[in-house]
Amino acid sequence: MRHTLAVLVENKPGVLARIAGLFNRRHFNIQSLSVGETEKPEISRMTIVVEGDDATIEQVKKQLNKLINVLKVTDLTWEETVERELVLIKVQADPTQRAEIMQIATTFRGNVVDVGQRSLTIEITGDSGKTSALEELLRPFGIVELMRTGQITMARGPKALIKQIEQDEKAASC
Amino acid sequence: MKYRGAQVLIECLQEEQVETIFGYPGGAVIDIYDTLYDADIQHILTRHEQGAIHAADGYARASGRPGVVLATSGPGATNLITGLATAYSDSVPLVVFTGQVPRALLGRDAFQEADMVGITIPVTKHNYMVTELKELPSVIKEAFHIASSGRPGPVLIDLPKNIWQEEIEFSYPKAVHLPGYKPTLMGHHKQIKLAAKAIIEAKQPVIFAGGGVTHGQGEEELRGLAEKQQIPVCTSLMGVSAFPLRHPLALGMLGMHGTSYANTAVTECDLLITVGARFSDRVTGKIERFAPKAQIIHIDIDPAEIGKNIRVDIPIVGDVKNILAMLLSELDLPKYRLITDKSPWQEKITGWKKLFPLQYEKEGTLKPQHVIEEISRITGGEAIVTTEVGQHQMWAAQYYGCKHPRSFLTSGGLGTMGFGFPAAIGAQLAQPERTVFCIAGDGSFQMNIQELGTIMTYDLPIKIALLNNNALGMVRQWQEIIYQERYSHTIWEKAPDFIKIADAYHIKGIRVEEPGAVSGAIEEAIAHPGSVFMEFVVAQEENVFPMVLPGKPIEEMLLSEVKTI
Repeated sequence: MRHTLAVLVENKPGVLARIAGLFNRRHFNIQSLSVGETEKPEISRMTIVVEGDDATIEQVKKQLNKLINVLKVTDLTWEETVERELVLIKVQADPTQRAEIMQIATTFRGNVVDVGQRSLTIEITGDSGKTSALEELLRPFGIVELMRTGQITMARGPKALIKQIEQDEKAASC
Repeated sequence: MKYRGAQVLIECLQEEQVETIFGYPGGAVIDIYDTLYDADIQHILTRHEQGAIHAADGYARASGRPGVVLATSGPGATNLITGLATAYSDSVPLVVFTGQVPRALLGRDAFQEADMVGITIPVTKHNYMVTELKELPSVIKEAFHIASSGRPGPVLIDLPKNIWQEEIEFSYPKAVHLPGYKPTLMGHHKQIKLAAKAIIEAKQPVIFAGGGVTHGQGEEELRGLAEKQQIPVCTSLMGVSAFPLRHPLALGMLGMHGTSYANTAVTECDLLITVGARFSDRVTGKIERFAPKAQIIHIDIDPAEIGKNIRVDIPIVGDVKNILAMLLSELDLPKYRLITDKSPWQEKITGWKKLFPLQYEKEGTLKPQHVIEEISRITGGEAIVTTEVGQHQMWAAQYYGCKHPRSFLTSGGLGTMGFGFPAAIGAQLAQPERTVFCIAGDGSFQMNIQELGTIMTYDLPIKIALLNNNALGMVRQWQEIIYQERYSHTIWEKAPDFIKIADAYHIKGIRVEEPGAVSGAIEEAIAHPGSVFMEFVVAQEENVFPMVLPGKPIEEMLLSEVKTI
């Protein structure tokens, strides 16, 4: 099954290579990975979507935890979360089709971010169900280019993962 | 105090109480060598970087302290890869320094540039590139800490040449700050209680000890547990010196070339107490049939080993010494006094030992097993033995009655031919008072034969016992048994005169071709103050038994050319 992991890492050169290499080396099946700085610039946060049975996911988490630069691995699969992905879709569109495409985009709360002579570019955010549905509807017009940022996921409610690290550290030092 | 360039590196090494380093110079590390010229650190110059890193590995395995390696950039550094992978597989602490091209040339495919941090990620516990001299002290402090704590392993530090032109105010950090690295040391009390209960209730328990017992210095506690509860002990290849082979409770090695009674006992046991071992495929055979009747306790410092290869009923993560000590004191409580009668189990095992002992045909030509039995008898198991990889390695594990911890040094996980001879160099330097035997095959020995130059230079009295069957014996054995005797590239068409080679390095050589001359040669070698090269010309067709064929369960063994159970 698909698991969504939130991984806090030290924001240092080469950390992404260590993590990507680990997945490759141990034949873990990564579906998406996105990474960026957090509210603390020295810490980056990754959202990794990985497919596997329970034993495999357990190994993924343990092997990630073994990396010195990995600070915390949290499995968000069973948490209440907000899950988002940004997708850019460039669709073939001659002037007669523009209105129809824009209407579809609006229904999905997508934005038209570029209009060309023969194309339209739509930006949409949402979970993968929503973005895939839009993709399917636009396919008949002819998709010129499509790209995804990869999913980012955050737990709902007041909890903060970085705070948990700080609390763990405090607990360990006293 | 202000220090310049490589002086900082030397100061850091001295802060870490490093007495000996193994290395090979080159352009990118010439500044370090310039500082070493009058530094108070012993530098062992090998003949190849691979020799240096295996020697450092042998030093670490024999002493328990991290081995330190220094090599130049590019090819000097890439020559370390096999050694890093070897140490990583067997969890050996190393701190490895590689030269690198100056920062301004990084990424430009400069002369002798290789991306060592990138290349070594999969074969190191951690690695670093230091781009400014001021980072060096804290990086070295962290590297030694990471290499030698938790589950040990090699750490590499890549050093671009420009940093040696810098100058810093030197102070060595007192502590490390590694928020992402906190090895678990103490075992969970609830798990210890569960384990104690399982041990008391078991009728047919077996202890399976691996290299982690030695890394965690838990040999005494292991022996305590075995003796107090009268539990037989088998080991992995890495655990051979964790428990004395001649101990009445010893079952010897488990797995592909394990003893028939260890393999049978584990198959029949109702409780397998695994201490610092990782259930490698060479141990388990067909995993679904491994210890099928047993509840499994798994004690390991690395949480990722729990459940990686095998289902575990009672995992205990932490330092083996702590956990075994906690387990022992738990078992001392009055409520555990009701001990299940284990004597029927012991009688069964004694029966298996009698029925299918380790054996070979002693009549006729010189047998390799006989040589190892004689080394064992004459040294009394007191010597440090290093091995290369192959048939001789298995015979050494089976027949050398190793008595002390850190005294059977072998490349277990990676199976690196060419490891044993340089490892003997490191072991001899770490334990100058002890006798060191390198038991080698004629294939493996030729992989790092150039290190004869190193033992010549430093007068290291290593006793080399070359079992020469003029073949790559282990592969030859597989070809005989599994590949219809098609001996593809495993029998040498021509071979060198090893005694002449030894002679060229001013090392005393003894060639033995008759069984009757074996003990005399070994005694003569031990009596000789310097190194001795013993070449034993042994039967080529001799195979290692028992043998579990790949993919088979461990209770299905070939016991000899004809016998199978």
